[in-house]
Amino acid sequence: MEMQVVQRARENFLAGRSRPLEFRVQQLKSLQRMITDRQGEIATALKQDINRSQYDTPLLELIGLENEISLAVSKLAQWAAPRPVEKSLLTISDQVYIQPEPLGVVLIIGAWNYPWALTLQPLVGAIAAGNAAVVKPSELSEYSASLLKALLPRYLDQELYPVVCGGVSETQELLRQRFDHIFYTGNSTVGKLVMEAAARHLTPVTLELGGKSPCYIDKDVDLRVACRRITWGKFVNCGQTCIAPDYILCEPSIQNRVVEGIRQTLLEFYGPDPKSSPDYGRIINQRHFNRVMALLDGYTAALGGQSDSSQRYIAPTVVKDVPPHARLMQEEIFGPLLPIVTVSDIDDAIHFISEREKPLAIYVFSSNKKVIKRMLAETTSGGVTVNDVMMHYTLNSLPFGGVGQSGTGRYHGKHTFDQFSHHRACLVKSLSMERVNMPRYPPQNHQKARRVRLAMRTPLVDFSKGTYIWAVTASIVNLPYRGFSGKPENLGKESRHSELLY
Amino acid sequence: MSREQKAVERARKAFLTGRSKPLEHRIRQLKNLQRFLLEREKEIAEAIKKDLNKSEAGTQLYETLGLEGEIVLAVKKLAEWVAPRPVEKNLLTISDTVYIQPEPLGVVLIIGAWNYPWAVTIQPLIGAIAAGNAAVVKPSEVCVHTAKVMEDLLPAYIDKELYPVVTGGVSETQELLRQRFDHVFYTGNSMVGKLVMEAAAKHLTPITLELGGKSPCYIDKNCDIPIACRRVTWGKYSNCGQTCIAPDYILCEPSIQDRVLEEIKKSIKAFYTEDPKTCPDYGRIINQRHFKRIMAMTEDSTIAIGGDSDESTCYIAPTVLKDVHVNSKVMQEEIFGPLLPILTVSGVDEAINFINKGEKPLALYIFSPDDKVIKKVIAETSSGGVLANDCLVHYSVSALPFGGVGNSGMGSYHGKFSFDNLSHLRGCLIKQLKMEGVNDMRYPPHTAKKLFWARFFILKNPDLGWLGRMTLLAIIAVVAAVVLQRYLQ
Repeated sequence: MEMQVVQRARENFLAGRSRPLEFRVQQLKSLQRMITDRQGEIATALKQDINRSQYDTPLLELIGLENEISLAVSKLAQWAAPRPVEKSLLTISDQVYIQPEPLGVVLIIGAWNYPWALTLQPLVGAIAAGNAAVVKPSELSEYSASLLKALLPRYLDQELYPVVCGGVSETQELLRQRFDHIFYTGNSTVGKLVMEAAARHLTPVTLELGGKSPCYIDKDVDLRVACRRITWGKFVNCGQTCIAPDYILCEPSIQNRVVEGIRQTLLEFYGPDPKSSPDYGRIINQRHFNRVMALLDGYTAALGGQSDSSQRYIAPTVVKDVPPHARLMQEEIFGPLLPIVTVSDIDDAIHFISEREKPLAIYVFSSNKKVIKRMLAETTSGGVTVNDVMMHYTLNSLPFGGVGQSGTGRYHGKHTFDQFSHHRACLVKSLSMERVNMPRYPPQNHQKARRVRLAMRTPLVDFSKGTYIWAVTASIVNLPYRGFSGKPENLGKESRHSELLY
Repeated sequence: MSREQKAVERARKAFLTGRSKPLEHRIRQLKNLQRFLLEREKEIAEAIKKDLNKSEAGTQLYETLGLEGEIVLAVKKLAEWVAPRPVEKNLLTISDTVYIQPEPLGVVLIIGAWNYPWAVTIQPLIGAIAAGNAAVVKPSEVCVHTAKVMEDLLPAYIDKELYPVVTGGVSETQELLRQRFDHVFYTGNSMVGKLVMEAAAKHLTPITLELGGKSPCYIDKNCDIPIACRRVTWGKYSNCGQTCIAPDYILCEPSIQDRVLEEIKKSIKAFYTEDPKTCPDYGRIINQRHFKRIMAMTEDSTIAIGGDSDESTCYIAPTVLKDVHVNSKVMQEEIFGPLLPILTVSGVDEAINFINKGEKPLALYIFSPDDKVIKKVIAETSSGGVLANDCLVHYSVSALPFGGVGNSGMGSYHGKFSFDNLSHLRGCLIKQLKMEGVNDMRYPPHTAKKLFWARFFILKNPDLGWLGRMTLLAIIAVVAAVVLQRYLQ
C-alpha cells in the first residue's frame, strides 16, 4: 500500500503538476484555510491526545504555521527565482546563477509532541519548493493523526501530498521506498535507522532530533524574571518539547532562590493544584509516563513530585542537587521534571556542557556580556537563546536545527524552502570568444599555463567592494585635477603636479 | 588501538584544545598549504605523471591552480565568512540581537579520489581548515605515488596532529569509517557512497558525497559545430576521460552526426597529434582493472574514431562511437574513460526525455546558440550543475556551489560553500531580562485576550493593505503631534 502511494506521488510529480508557482501558492493558501476553518477540531484532537489547553494550541502550533504559510506565499516568487552570483573576469559576459529546483518526492515523518506544527511546517516548505510529499504523522498522537488523514485530502491535492498513517511496520515499509529527501523529527535512535534506510537510496536527510538542553543561570541575574521564563519553557506541553530547558546549571548559592522563583511562578501559572488547571498538559502515553517517573526514582522532589497514573499526570517537579551520574541526567527527560545541577562557576558549567553531546538548544541567563560571550564561544548547540528560552524557534529568519546527536539540516522560513530544493549551479556561456579558451587546449606548454594562471589570479578577478571603493575614491580624488570641463584646473602650485598626471 | 583510531583520537584531542579555531592559525595553515603547492611543484608533478601520465603543465592547470585560487579566496574572505551574520528581525525581537554564528564542526574525514587527487582531496581540506575543524585526510590508494607524496610531505607544512594524512586501502578506510567524525566528505562512486553514508548513519554524522553519473551533452544542430566539438573534445579527453564532470555521451540529431564526428576528429588531431600515444599531453588509464572495464564497453558499438589500445601501458586512444543504442554496454554505467558515444535523437524534446529516464547526473551540457533551447533544457531536467556552450568550466567558478543531486551526490562545496558546509550555522537570539510585560501574553493562565495579542505580534505583517498602512501612519502622526504638544506645554 505504501509503495503504491509513493508511486502515485512520483507519477504526479513527474507530470509536473507540483511545479507551477500558482499551484504551489494555491495549495499553501488552501492549507492556511484548513488551519483556520478547522481550528476547533484540531484543538479537540490535541486535548484528547495530550490534554493541550485550547489556547496553547494556537499559541504553540497554529499561529506559527500560519506565519510560515503567509511568509512562503508572499516570498515564493523571490525564493524560486534564479539567484545570480558574483561574477569574475572570466564570467563577465556569461549568465551565472543558482537555480533552486524541486527535489521530487519527499517523506515527512512527524512527531507527537507538536503533531501539527512539526508535521505541517516541513510540508509548507516541501510544497513551496515544488515537491510532492508523503506525510506520515506520528501514531502516538492518534487523534491528531486520524484528523490529519481525514482533513488534508479535502484541502490539498491528495495524490501529490498523501497522508500515510500507521506504526512501526508502516514506517519501515515507507522507508524502503525511494525518496528524494527524508525529513524526520524525533529521537536519535530512530534517527540513525532513518539515515541508514536513506543511505540505501542515497537520499539526503534532515533529522530534527533532541538532547539535553542545558540552562545556565548566572548568579548575578534578575532571578524573578529568569525563573518565570524558564518555568514557562519547561512546563509548557508538560515538558514534552524538544527545545525545553532540560536541566538547570547554577551556583549552589542561588539554588534555593531559583527553586523559590520557580515555585512562585508555578503558582501564578497553574494555581495551587496544577492537576485542575486547564492549561497544564498530560504525558502522551503510559509508556512515557512510566519512563519519566522512573527517572525520579530515589530522588526527593524539592517541588511537586505528585503523579496520577490514571490520568498520566505528573506535577511540575523540581529536584535539587542532582549528581551528574543520576539517571535523570543520562537521557533527555521530555517531561515535567527539572533537575538542578550545581556548578562552582562558569568554567565548571562550560566544562559540564562540553563534555556531553551537542544539545539542540542552550540557554544562558546573565546580564554580564562577558559571561554570555564566553558561554557562546566555548560551547556549541543547534541554536541558542540568551535570557529567555525557546524563542529562537519563533524567528523564522534563524535556521532551526541540531548539530551532532541533536540532528542534521535545518528549516523554518526560507531555510525550509532551501532544504527541500536542489540548488543547481548554472553557467550559460556563448560559443564566441573562443580565443580566450586557446591557452587551455593541448599541446600544453609553460607559456600557456602561465597565461591561464595569470587570468585566474588577477586582482580584478573579483569585483569586490574594495575595487569599487578604490575606483570611486580615485575618481573623487581626481576631480579637482580635472574640473568639469575635463581639462586640468590651474590650481597654483598644484598645477605642475596636475601637469605630471596628464 | 589501530593506527586509524590513533590518528582520529589525536586529531580530536588537538581539536579540543581549541587551537584550530583562531583566525590566525587557520590563515597560517592555509598559507603553509599554499607554500607547499609552490615549493613542491616538482614532486607533485612527478607523482602525477607516474600515476596518470599527466604532463606538468596539465597538472598545474587542472589541479594546483584551482587550489591556489581557493586558498587565496579563503585567506582573503575568512574574517568575513567567520563573522556573525545578522538576520531579519520580527516585531517581538526588535530590540534583540539576532544572528547566525558559523562554528567549527569538529573532526572531519576527507576521503579523496584518484582522478584529480590533489584537487578533490585538498580542496575539501581548504574548506575544513578555513572552517576551524581538524581533518583526517585519506587520499585514494589507487594513485599510489601521489598518496605517498601527501603522506610524506604534507606533515612538514601543516599541523600533523590536526590534519593527519592516513593512507591505506579498503580495510583501512573501513576502519576509519568506524570511528566517529563530525562530518564525512567523500568523493568517488555511488556504490561506495552508499557504504559511506551507512557508516556515517551509525554516528549520525552529516556527509557530503561528491559522486558521479553519466553527464549528457546535447548538441543543437544550429550551433557552431567546430567550436562546440573542440570544447567537447577538450572536456572529454582531458585526463583521458577520467573526470567526474566529463561529458559522458553526446545526444544530437542524425543530420549532424557526421559533421560532429569530423570536427571531433580534427580537434583530437590538433590536441594530441596523429599519434596520441606519443603525445605528452595525453593521459593513461589509472590501472588495468579500469582499462579492461572500459575496453569491454566498446564490444557492442560501432567505433567511428580511434579504438586502438595497449594494455601494457593502459593506453586507450581517444575513441568515438557512433549510432550508439541505449541498451549498449557503454550506456549502462559512467564511462570514466576516453570513449565518447554519440546517440541520435529527433530533437531537443527527445533529448530531454532521454536524459530524464536516467539518474540525475553530476553535470549537464547543452550546446546551442538559442537561449530558449538552453532554458528549456534547464527547466525540464535536473542535474548537479549545468553548463551551456562549454564543458567543465563551471567547476572553476567559486561563486557556484559544486555538487550532485540524487545519485550524483549530496551537499556541495567550492569557495564559501566549502566553508559553510563544513561549519555549523548556529542560530543565536540574545534577549534581555527586561520588558517582561510583553511576555505575559504567552504565560498561563491563558485567555482569549492574551491570544489576540500573541497573534498580532507573531503574524508580523498583518496585511493592512495600502489603506491600512496609511491609516496607521496617520494614527502615529496624530499620536506624535499630541505627545509633542503636551511636551512643549
